[in-house]
This record gives sequence, C-alpha cells and structure tokens, in this order.
Amino acid sequence: MAEETRLIEQLIDRYEGDVGMLIPMMQDIQAEHGYLPASDLRSLSKRLEVPLSRIYAVATFYTSFRLAPKGAHDVTLCMGTVCYLKGSPDILEAICREFQVEPGGTTTDRLFSFQAVNCVGACAVAPVMLVDGKYYESVTPASALEILNGLYPDEDASEKEDEA
Amino acid sequence: MKEVSLTIDGKNITAAEGTTILEAAKAAGIDIPHLCYDPRVKPAGTCRLCVVQIEGRAGLTISCNTTVAEGMRVLTENEEISAFRKTILELILSEHRVACTSCDKDGACALQDYAYRYQADEGRFGLAKRKPTKPNYATNSEAILYDPDKCILCGLCVNYCEEVQMAEALTFAGRLGQMEVGTAFGIDLHTSSCVLCGGCVEICPVGAMLDRAAIGKGRHKDLIRTRTTCGYCGVGCQLELLTNPTTNRIATVTSYLGCIPNNGNMCVKGKFGMQFVGSDKRLTTPLIKRNGKFEEATWSEATDYVAKKLSEIIAEHGPNSIAGLSSAKCTNEDNYVFQKFIRAAIGTNNVDHCARLCHASTVAGLARAFGSGAMTNSIDELTNAGCIFVIGSNTTEAHPVIGLNIKDAVVENGAELIVADPRAIDLVRFSKLHMAQKPGTDVALINAMMNVIISEKLLDSDFVKERTEDFDAMAEAVKDFTPEKAAEITTVPAEKIRQAARIYAKASASSIVYSMGITQHTTGTDNVLSLANLAMLTGNMGKKSAGVNPLRGQNNVQGACDLGALPNVYPGYQSVEDAEIKAKFEGAWGKELSPNKGITVVEMMHAVENDEIKALYIMGENPALSDPNLNRTRKSLETVEFLVVQDIFLSETAEYADVVLPSVCFAEKTGSFTNTERRVQRVRSAVAPPGQARSDWEIVCEVATKMGYPMSYDCTGKILDEIASVTPIYGGMSFERIDSVGLQWPCPDKSHPGTKYLHKGRFTRGKGKFHAVEFIPPAEPPDKKFPFVLSTGRLLYQFHTGTMTRKSSAINQVSPTGYVEIHPDDAKKLGIADGDNTEVMTRRGKVTTPAKVTGNIGRGWLFMPFHFREGPANMLTIDALDPLAKIPEYKVCAATIKKAPATS
Repeated sequence: MAEETRLIEQLIDRYEGDVGMLIPMMQDIQAEHGYLPASDLRSLSKRLEVPLSRIYAVATFYTSFRLAPKGAHDVTLCMGTVCYLKGSPDILEAICREFQVEPGGTTTDRLFSFQAVNCVGACAVAPVMLVDGKYYESVTPASALEILNGLYPDEDASEKEDEA
Repeated sequence: MKEVSLTIDGKNITAAEGTTILEAAKAAGIDIPHLCYDPRVKPAGTCRLCVVQIEGRAGLTISCNTTVAEGMRVLTENEEISAFRKTILELILSEHRVACTSCDKDGACALQDYAYRYQADEGRFGLAKRKPTKPNYATNSEAILYDPDKCILCGLCVNYCEEVQMAEALTFAGRLGQMEVGTAFGIDLHTSSCVLCGGCVEICPVGAMLDRAAIGKGRHKDLIRTRTTCGYCGVGCQLELLTNPTTNRIATVTSYLGCIPNNGNMCVKGKFGMQFVGSDKRLTTPLIKRNGKFEEATWSEATDYVAKKLSEIIAEHGPNSIAGLSSAKCTNEDNYVFQKFIRAAIGTNNVDHCARLCHASTVAGLARAFGSGAMTNSIDELTNAGCIFVIGSNTTEAHPVIGLNIKDAVVENGAELIVADPRAIDLVRFSKLHMAQKPGTDVALINAMMNVIISEKLLDSDFVKERTEDFDAMAEAVKDFTPEKAAEITTVPAEKIRQAARIYAKASASSIVYSMGITQHTTGTDNVLSLANLAMLTGNMGKKSAGVNPLRGQNNVQGACDLGALPNVYPGYQSVEDAEIKAKFEGAWGKELSPNKGITVVEMMHAVENDEIKALYIMGENPALSDPNLNRTRKSLETVEFLVVQDIFLSETAEYADVVLPSVCFAEKTGSFTNTERRVQRVRSAVAPPGQARSDWEIVCEVATKMGYPMSYDCTGKILDEIASVTPIYGGMSFERIDSVGLQWPCPDKSHPGTKYLHKGRFTRGKGKFHAVEFIPPAEPPDKKFPFVLSTGRLLYQFHTGTMTRKSSAINQVSPTGYVEIHPDDAKKLGIADGDNTEVMTRRGKVTTPAKVTGNIGRGWLFMPFHFREGPANMLTIDALDPLAKIPEYKVCAATIKKAPATS
C-alpha cells in the first residue's frame, strides 16, 4: 500500500469517514507533510467520494493550507497601510522579480516561502519584512534582496546586512 | 401544494408555496434583473442585482433566494433600487475588463444589457486592469477559452458543472482578489472530469467563457439564430444554430432555457460537433466512377445514369434484384419519399435502414408484447420515477441529455437507480446497485428477477389479471430460474439479483431504460420480451414514469421506422402483407405494389454474394464501417453490379460507389425528425448547402421521375401532409402543429394533443402479452483459441462512424482514436501495459488498437468503441442474426488479444 493511502486510511478511521470532517483531515495531512500533497488529496477524494475539485476549492480558500512544500525559510512582507505608503509595493515587486515567486508561493529552489500580509504591528519602523520570525526594519528593495540572497547557506553575509 | 397570494409591482399574483420572489415575478411576466440566477441551479444570491423592496421590511431583499409569503407586497423597481443596481453594476464592472469591441458575446451579454439599462459608469471605481497573463485550465483546451479578466465570479459555471452536469470539473480556486474559476490543481480541462457539455460557456452571463472555435467568427449581435433539432442522437435536443450571414458558416451553437426535451442543456456533440457542416471535405457535385476513378458530373448526367441503370436491372432481373438503404440521419420526409421510391417506382419491399442494427429487436419484441415498439414514456417522466432500471444502456455517453434526467432523478428526487451492465459505466456512481452481468446473459438475469418477484409475491396481480394474457406460460418458464442458477450464468451474486428485484418491484413507479446492450444480440428480441414481461408483472406499464423505454440511437431512427423504411411495413407499421393495407397504399401511390416483404440490411449484403441483389441504393448510411463482419460487407459493396451512394461526405461506403450524389446535412434542410420519445420536431435550414448539393428527397424524386414514376413536392410541408394522410399514428401532424414544441405520436387527427405515454388503460394490441423466454447463450461463446468475450459500443465524444464528429477539433483533442478496454489482471498476464498497441483477433479479422487497462471491465471481457476507421471494431464482430429481428450480435463474440509490436 502506498504511503499516502496508509495515512488516508488512518484519517478515515480517526474521523469515522465523516465527510463533515474534511477540513480537520486536511489539517492532519498538512501536519504530516508540511503541505497538502496532490496524491494525498486524490486518495482522500476517492475514499470520501468527494470530488477533487471541491477539495481543491477548500485547499485554496484557506490561506493556512499550502499545496506546495514549504521553503527552508519563511519570509513575510508587511503590506499594511504605513508600510504600503513607505514603499512596500516596490519591495514586493523586487522580490517577485528577483526570485520568480508570488505571494503565497515558494521559490522553485525552496529557499523560502513568501507571504504578503496586511499588518504585522510594527508601523513605527515601516516598511517591515520578517524572516523566520525576525524583524527587519526600514527595508528597501535593495536591502530586502540582499537579506534574502543571504539566506543561501554558502554565502555568509547576513551580519553585514543587519548593520546596513 | 399550497398557494399564496401576493402583489408584485401592484399586480396580484398567486404562486406555489416555496417559490422564490424572482420566479413568481418571472412567471407573471415581470423580469427582475439578475446575473447569477439560473433555474437549473440552486440560487447563490451572490450578484445582488435581483434586489427588491418588500413592504414592511427594512432595506432591500435579494429576490432569487427569498420565498413568497401570503400578503407580501413587492416592488421590483424604484429610484432606490435602480440606484443600488447601478452601483452594484459599477462595482462588477471594476472587475470586468470591458472589451465589448472585440468580444464574441457582444449582443448576448447580460452585463452589457444591464449596464446600458442602468447607465452604469464602468470607470466609477476605476477601470478593471488586465491581470498578468498566465496559463489557466483552459489555455490548452480546443473547446473553451476562459478569460479571468472578464469573469465576474457569479459562480454559474461552477454550479452548473456540479449540480446539472455533475461532472465536478470546475471549481473556484483561491479567494478574494485572487479568486478564479479553475479545475482541481489547475489541470488542463481536457484531462479533468469535464465531459465538454459546454454548459459553462452557455450559462456564462458575460464573455468570460467562450467557444474557442467560434472566436472571431462573428459577434452574437450579428449572428442569425435558427432553431432546429440536433442531428446527432435520438434525444432530439432543440438547438439554435448561430450563423454568420456573410460567411454562410455556423459560428457556434446554443440552446435555450425551457425547451423540450433538453431545457437548454446540450452535450459535446451538439455544442462542439458542428464543424463538419462547413468542412471542405463535403461533397459538392455528383460523381460518376469511370475506369475506377470518380469524375465530376452534372446532376442531369448523374440522375439519367442512375435511372437508366436501375431500369435496365429491373428489366433484366426484376425489381427484387434492387435494394435500398434509407437513413436514420435523414428527415421523416426524406425517409417517406425514399421508401415510396423503392416500393412504387422500383417495385420491391427491399428497403431497410440502420435501425436493423440497433433496435430491430425492440420493434419486433415490443410490438409482440404491447402492440407498438417505441419508448412508452416521455423523457421528462424519468425525473419522477421511484426506480430507474438501466440495463444495457450507457446513458450518460450515448444519450447524455437523458443521462442528466436520470442523475437529477437520483440526486434531487431520491429515485433508486439499478444499473445492469458488464462495465462500471459512469451511472454506476449514482446507483444503489450495480449488476455486472456477463455479456449475453440478460435473459437469465431478468428471468431470475421475475422468479424472485413471483416467489416473494411482489407482483401486481390485479394488473396481471386485468391487463395481460399468457402469464402462466411465463411463470412456468421462470419457475426454476432461481437467482442462484442465474448467478452461475451471469456471474452476478444471487443476493444482488434479489435486491434488484425487490427495489424494482416495490418502487412507486419503475421505469426500465435500455439500449443496445439489450438489443444487439442473437437473442435481442428475447431480451426485449423479458423486459416487457418484467414491467407487466409489476404493473409498471401504462402510467406516468413507469414503463419500458428503449433509447433510440440516431436522431431520426424513430422516424425512419415510423415512416416505413423497413422491409415488412409501410409507414405507420402497416403490414405489407395485409391485402387491405396494400390496396390502400396502391390507391394513394397509384401503382401496384409487391405483396411480399423485403430483405433486411445484413441479408442484403449476403444476397449480393448469391447474385440475388444486383443494385444497391444507399442514402446516408455507411455500412462499410457500421455493419458487422466488415470484410464480408465490403466484399459485397465491391462486387455488387451497381451501387448508388447519396451522402454528405465521401464515406468509406461511397468509395465503393458507381455514382455518388451529394446531399445536404441537417443544418441545410427543412423537414422533421422524430425523437426517441416519439416527438415529431421541426428541422429548419440555417445555412445554404455547399456547391450543388441537394436535399435527399429532391434527388430521389428526380430519379423516380426519370424512371417513369413521377414524384414531386412543392416543399417538405407537403410531404408531411401526404404522410399524415396515409399514416394513422401521424394523422394529426403538420408543420404548423409541430412548430413550437412538436407532437408525440400516436396523434391520429388534427385535434389530438399527442400522446405523452403509451398503453394507458389499454395496450395497443389489446392485452399485454407475456412470453415464456428461455435463456439461450450467445452465438459464439469463448473457447481455447478465442478466450475473451468482445463487446462493442459507443463513446460520448463520437457518433456512429465518426464522419461528422471527427471533424471537430474539440472532440479530436479528447477522443483522438479508438482503443480496447481490458482488465488489469488480464493485461498483466499478457504483458500488456496501458497504451500499448495490441492486436485483437476474431474468426473474421484482426485489428491493431491501443489498450486501455481499466478495472471498469470484468476479467475475460474486452470492449471496443466502433467509431474509428483505423482499427475498426466491426472487422471483428459477428454477423450472426437474431432469428426474428435479424439484428446482428455486435455485443458478443469470441476474441483473442496480444501485444502488438509498436508502430512506427
């Protein structure tokens, strides 16, 4: 039996095959893999007799579900009012262009997963970017790219950026 | 149902309790603006355009999901409502890229109409910007284009896909500004569970979803709409062909809400299968074969030649040396004229058509049991059946729009569906019970069901006593046919047979739906008689939603049978061997007629071998691909002394012809078709014929006249009038009467309203007749050398020999070629992987075709679709015939299969 099918069978047992528990089942799949693998959702669809299109709709509706594996790092860019006024759209564009990534997506080399959010509550030091929970203040497009390029393991330039 | 009274815009209205305000208003002729409402799907209430004011309620109320109440006073338009609607439209327009100048839907866009009506400003909240172009689920589709910039996210397409077609291909992906219509994981539409019904394109209120092939072929405002009856299957959907008058081409096809029988729904063939009409492969001029090569000829040369040759053959060998194949694709008028030509001008009853190959056993069997051989009920009655027993019909593929009714009956009305089919067809996912009987064992299965019904006293004794005869003989025949005995023959577990019998017998109204899985056997007539027995035994006859319903295959196979394109009957199933009836037709046609019945399709081909048939006149049929045992059929077509083929394409059969006469297709003719529920409906010409092509009836009349039997009609309406005068079941038909919704026969006179269901109170033959039917195995059981049972059948995407469907790019994308279905265990044993080329062989021939390895078919069984000229399944099928109906056994023969070397 394939790995994904075993997990699905466990979930069916855990929730007694109740279609109403679709979301908890999907949460458990994500807890297991860090994201929702397509093969698991296909098995779940077959087993619960819920069309795959509907499961996909649920998976894409809730931002907490992810359909691709997470990157090694979490990058969050604040797009709240103050950050917005102080230039976060330009930062967003620079990051998207440089790393070929979209908000909600992960870089193809899985370096980081990228989110654009509404406010992180640090307006005084806007614009703000978070990397793995760490706040970077008064970011510019150039500094943001430097910080992110610094995430590659063989480049050890992160200290310099902190001071920049 | 309780009625409530209310007023809408000051008008007093009564409506059934539970009706929404929007529907009640619509019924009263008050149109409330809406973008996300369609009566076929549940109201979503997302567009907010349908707001109304209800007296005593604060604010505005959405009318599409608010039900009427006693004494309610509703206003559908005032200043406040108009201002609100204008703002709503302006908000929608801020997310809809207005591109009416280059949009196909210009002139048929609800948003455009409402924006104009309320003078909405598309820039009030900022003009909608182009979203970054990226591929979506339809980018690679040949059928559909999806433009997210124009999508207003009303949800109609998603809901239609889920609730009406139940294909579950489309969904909303994402949320807020990122929301779009898509498929699961954004996979290509043609690889998803989509069945290409085109419902999403049809229901889209704007131009976000378009028929890809129609783009740039004409804006809706410039297209001419012609309502007609679909030329594909026997459902008889009402379509509107949208033609561009400057190019004389069909741009796209649509339908409309509320029409009978399809209520605006279509299938892939009706929606995307019309490219053949304007194909450059159409025949445009008569052809005469000289020295083995076709040469163009004038009409007068060609018809002179045909008339002369046929006259010579009659003079030398007598009229019975000529046989004609009429056509289930042609109109009632064409068929009537053709059989009259064969009977009166030639002087023989050797006329038949492809009904012989699909429902001859229905006509023979139901006529014996009930007195007339057609669907007993109407299509819409299926929706209210308590139990639907589908046996030998892959309804969702072969009659997709009737498939919608069945699915709706199950999902919405709780009907219990029993499916008996060797394969796990799509309907199985809606069924309570699936019995996968071994091909060719239907009598055993049905006899065992009746055994259970009798032994468990579930029969309707009153009905049996009052309405039927010969019950005892039938009861005796099934007495020992226990489910256990049937289980051995059919491989269906005995307990399942018991359950099926109980569900069928106990339901309020049970409807049997069957098709070629029942008829195409050497025991086809027996199978039909068994189903008739089952229905009568439980009293499921002569009432609404209960009966025996053969689904007819071709668009006008019912009409071709009704109008006497059969060797034993004149129009209206009047026997050629009855002297009184013969005298009536001799009077009407002014010619002495043959007292002997003629020969059937397959017999004609065999009679060529014995030199009994010297000439064949084939109108709109393609036996070189559709008949069983093709090597033998093609030999007959090749050796027959004189072959005339009248067709729209140079078909496989036409290639053998001495003379080819170009005719017009359904979109270029006028006349009528009779659908599977006996409804006679209008066919209206939408485009001009290509080149010199002419109507079938006109060509036949000219040949007959040149042979010394003058035939001419001013128009097709006059032909229908003549039909009505000699055909009692069509007695009340005329173009005027069938104009709006058609008429269902029997319709004996001009004041008769037509007949919704048959045998009410009395069977056509008086009493319903039971028949004792014994189980007889198929003609060619599997053996050591040919260990597999091979069945053939149809696909959703193709029609018959593919001459029409295979000209569609949308269809070719999803159904490029044929295949053979084989069970994974069998495939493994033979080293065959999915997609491998295989060689399938029977005693009659072999073909090479790719394997489709699937658990939907049983071990030891193979299935092949028959539409494809490459790897034609009919090279393999057997021409063993049902002794009564002369239908060949397409559904069972013995075969073997092995892996073939990969083709280069």
